[in-house]
Amino acid sequence: MKISLTINGREVSADVEPRTLLVHFLREDQGLTGTHIGCETSYCGACTVLVDGKTVKSCTMFAVQADGASITTVEGLADNGQLHPVQEGFWERHGLQCGYCTPGMIMSAVGLLQEKQSPSEDEIRHAIEGNLCRCTGYHNIVRAIEYAAAKMRGEEPPPPDWEEEEVSV
Amino acid sequence: MTVTAPRPATPPEIGGLGHSVRRKEDDRFIQGAGRYLDDIVLPGMLHMAIVRSPVAHARIRSIDTSAAEAIDGVVAVITGDALAAHGLAWMPTLSGDTQAVLATDKVRYQGQEVAAVIATDPYVARDAATLVFVDYEELPAITNPQQSLAEGAVLIRDEKEGQTDNVAYEWETGDREGTDRAFASADLVVSLETHYPRSHPAPLETCGALADIDPATGQATIYLTSQAPHAHRTLFALVAGLPEEKIRIIAPDIGGGFGNKVPIYPGYVVATAASLLLGKPVKWVESRSENLISTGFARDYHMRGELALSSDGKILAMRASILSDQGAFYADAQPSKFRAGLFHICTGSYDIPYAHVTAKGAYTNKAPGGVAYRCSFRVTEASYLIERLVDNAAWKLGMDPAEFRRQNFIRKDQFPYRSATGFVYDSGDYHAAMDEALRLSDYYGWRSRQAEGPTEDGKLIGIGLASFTEVVGAGHSKEYDIAGLKMFDSAELRIHPTGKAILKLGVKSQGQGHETTFAQIVAEELGIPFDQIKVVEGDTDNTPYGLGTYASRSTPVGGAATAMASRKIRDKARKIAAHLLEAAEEDLEWEPGRFTVRGTDQSVTIQDIAFAAYTNPPDGEEAGLEAVHYYDPPNMTYPFGTYVVVVEVDPADGTWKVLNMTAVDDCGVRINPMIVAGQITGGLTEGFAKANMQWITFDEQGNCIGSNFLDYLVPTAYETPKFTLGATVTPSPHHPLGAKGVGESATVGSPAAYVNAVLDALRRRGHEVDNIDMPVLPHRVWGAVNGVEAKP
Repeated sequence: MKISLTINGREVSADVEPRTLLVHFLREDQGLTGTHIGCETSYCGACTVLVDGKTVKSCTMFAVQADGASITTVEGLADNGQLHPVQEGFWERHGLQCGYCTPGMIMSAVGLLQEKQSPSEDEIRHAIEGNLCRCTGYHNIVRAIEYAAAKMRGEEPPPPDWEEEEVSV
Repeated sequence: MTVTAPRPATPPEIGGLGHSVRRKEDDRFIQGAGRYLDDIVLPGMLHMAIVRSPVAHARIRSIDTSAAEAIDGVVAVITGDALAAHGLAWMPTLSGDTQAVLATDKVRYQGQEVAAVIATDPYVARDAATLVFVDYEELPAITNPQQSLAEGAVLIRDEKEGQTDNVAYEWETGDREGTDRAFASADLVVSLETHYPRSHPAPLETCGALADIDPATGQATIYLTSQAPHAHRTLFALVAGLPEEKIRIIAPDIGGGFGNKVPIYPGYVVATAASLLLGKPVKWVESRSENLISTGFARDYHMRGELALSSDGKILAMRASILSDQGAFYADAQPSKFRAGLFHICTGSYDIPYAHVTAKGAYTNKAPGGVAYRCSFRVTEASYLIERLVDNAAWKLGMDPAEFRRQNFIRKDQFPYRSATGFVYDSGDYHAAMDEALRLSDYYGWRSRQAEGPTEDGKLIGIGLASFTEVVGAGHSKEYDIAGLKMFDSAELRIHPTGKAILKLGVKSQGQGHETTFAQIVAEELGIPFDQIKVVEGDTDNTPYGLGTYASRSTPVGGAATAMASRKIRDKARKIAAHLLEAAEEDLEWEPGRFTVRGTDQSVTIQDIAFAAYTNPPDGEEAGLEAVHYYDPPNMTYPFGTYVVVVEVDPADGTWKVLNMTAVDDCGVRINPMIVAGQITGGLTEGFAKANMQWITFDEQGNCIGSNFLDYLVPTAYETPKFTLGATVTPSPHHPLGAKGVGESATVGSPAAYVNAVLDALRRRGHEVDNIDMPVLPHRVWGAVNGVEAKP
C-alpha cells in the first residue's frame, strides 16, 4: 500500500506491506535506527515515537495507519545541532547507561513536557512507567527530566546529586 | 566520620580520578546514533529465524521442512542433521559440558533450537519458521532438581557416554572435619533452607549475531552482542575450526549485558554456519521471548545453610549445601576450576574459623545458563545465604542484628584476611561502612519507631540489614580462566604527535561508561584531558587480547592495565623530557601533564613530549609514544558495604512497601563518582526486583512462565524505591589505583536486606518465621502471617 507521511519534518512516500509495523518501517525502510525494539508485547517502550505530537509505541501500530501523520523520532529532536533540553538533561544528569532505552525514554519525556510544564516527581515516574530501563534504576532519568523541565521553563535546573556526595574516611 | 570527597589531583578540564565528568559516549546515544547489532545492515544480508521446541522433553521423530522451503523468499532451512555433517550439531559449554546447537535426537527444554530458516526478509523468515513441522514423541518433563535426582527419574542426558543419572556435577570446599567439630561444640545451631529463584538478566537489547563470511577469502566478520569478543573469537576458532586470523569479532554498542551476553548461543553458531554455507551475510536477532526462554538464566540455587554459635553470639562455623538446577546443559559461565563459581565467599564479612560447602548440580528440562547475572560467579547466592543466616542467628540469640554483625565482623586490623575457604580478602573496614549506613538511615530512630508498634493504619514496620562482601576482578591467571583462557586483561595506549591519544582495551562496555572512565585513568596518569582520549573496544582486529567485561572485572583488571600502560609511557616521556630540557632524568619532577626541572621553572608538557617523540626523539630511543600492558592481578578485589532497608508490611494482604533504602558502598577509590553512583542505583533496583517480583517459573509440563515482560516482571520507574547512597573509601592495596569493581555490589548485596526487613516486621509482631523465599510475594507474606503454607 502506498502511504505518505511526514517524518522529522521531511515528506516521505513509500509502498509498504500492510502488515509492516511502524517501528520496522522507520528502522528498515527509513534507516532511522535510533528507535529501538526491546520486546514484542508493547511493554518496554524502547520504540516510543511521537505521532501527531502524541507518544506512541511504534510496535503497536502499522505503518499504513501512519498515512498522513507527522512523526517525530529521536533523530528529529535536535534543532540544527542544538540538543533538545530533554537530550541535554539526559546527558547532564547521567540519565542513561547502555543507551538502548534512551531514545524511547526521551520521547516519552518530550511527550510529558509538552503537556505539563512542571511535573512532580510522581507524575514523571507515572509518565515513564511504560518505558523499561534495565541499567539506571530510573533515579537519574527522573532528574534528567526535571532538568529539562526547568530549562524549558527558562529556569536554572536543580543541581546534580553527585556534587553533594559525602565520602567518609 | 564524614568529610567531603578528597580533592581530585587533576583540575576538572583534565578530568582524572574523582571527577564526575559527563560521559563521552552519551552524545551519540541521546541522538539515536548508537550503533547496536540490529542497526547494522550489510549488502545482500539475509535474515534468520529459529524454530524452537514447544515442549520441554521429547524425542524427535522427524522434521519436515518442505512447506517452509516452498515459501517465496526462503533461501534455506537448516536442521541439526545438516550441522552434524560438519561436526557442528553440538558445541562445548563454558563449563566443559556439551550443548546441542540444533537438536538432532531429543529436545530437552521448551524453546530449544530445532531448526533455522534463512530468508531474504525477516517477516518471511518468521512466517516460514511456523511451517517447519516437527514430529515429537513426548517424554516426562523434569522441572526441579529434587525430581531430577529421585530414583527412577528419566535420564535427560542420555546421549552422554557414561551418564547414568541426572547429576551435572558435584563439588565441595572447606574443612569438613573442623566444621563438624565446631558444630558439635556449639551452644546453638541456626539453620535456613531457602531457594534463590531462577532469574534472567533480560538486558533491554536481546542477543544477536550478524555473520559475514566472504566466500572468496574466507574472512569471517562476525558482529556479536558479546561481553567477551576476544574469548569468543578463540572459541569460534576452536569450535567451528575457522582459522583464528580470519575471524574478526565486532561487538558494537551493547544494550545491556548483565551476564546474558557472556555465553556463545546456538543462534550465533547457526548464523555463522549459514553465512558460510550461503556466501552471504546472515543476521539473527532474538525476540524478547526467545531471550527469556532460551538464553542464560541465572541463580536457581536451593540452599541449606547452618551457623554454629556460642551463647554469647560468636559464629564458630558455617556449613552449606547447595542443590543447583542447571537446566538441560551445564553451562555456568565461570572459571573452570570452580564448579559452584565463587560460592567460597559464603562466610561473607565475618570472621568464621571453619566452613564447609557441598554442592550438587542437577540436569532438568529447563533452559541452560547459569550466567553470573550482575554477579561475580555465584557470589550473589553465597552473599544472600550468609546475610539471611546472620539475621536469623541474631533473632534467635535475641540480639540486635547490627550488634551481632559488629561483633562477628572481620576487623580492619585483620586484613589481608584469609577466609575459612582459603580466599585472601585484600582490604576492608566493615565496621566503618556499617556505622555510616546506620547513621545515614537513622537506624536507631527507626528501631524506636518500630518499638512503638504498627502504624496508625495497622502496617508493620520492619528493618533489614545486609553487610555483604564480594570477590570480583578475576583473575589472577593461575586460578582463573574461561574455557582455559587465562583471566588477565589488556590495554594498548598510543599518544599521537599532537598529544591526543587512543586507548584500546580487551574489555567491552555494555553501558558501564568505559569510554569515559578509562580515559579518566589515562588523564590521571598522564595529564592529557580525558576528552582528548579516544577509547576503542570490541573489535578483535583492533584491540589487544582480553577476557572481557563481566564479574566486575573491567576496573580491577582492564583499569589496572590502563594505568600500567600509562606509566610505561610516562617512563619513556621522562627520557624525552630530559632530552628536551637538557637535564638529568632524576632531576625531573612530574605533576599531571608536565615534567619540571627541580628548583626551576623550566618544564615541558606531555603534549611537547608527544610531539618530540615523533619529530625529535633522543638518540638511541625508538620513535613514537605507545605502550601495551597485559595485567595479571595478584589477587581479586573485595568490595563491601552495608545496606539498610525499612519496610512497611500490610498484614491484611501481605503487600510491602519500602520506606527507606540506604546503601553504603566501599568500592575503594572511585574513578568517576557519578558513574559509580549510577551503577549502584541500577544494581539496587535489580536487587529490589529479585526480592519483590522478578522470577521465572515452570509448570509441571515444563512450560516456561515468564517468557515475556507481561509475566516476567521487571520494575518500572513507578515501583522502584528511592535510595539514599553513602560511601566509605578503603583502597585496594594491590590495585594500581586502589580501585575495586562496583557494577554488581548492589545486586549482590541488597536482596537479603529486603527479605530480612520483611521477616523483621513479622517477627517483631509475634510471627515466628525463618524464611520466605524470593520473590517475597504478597501471598507468601500473608501465608507467613497466618501460618498457612503458601504455594509457590
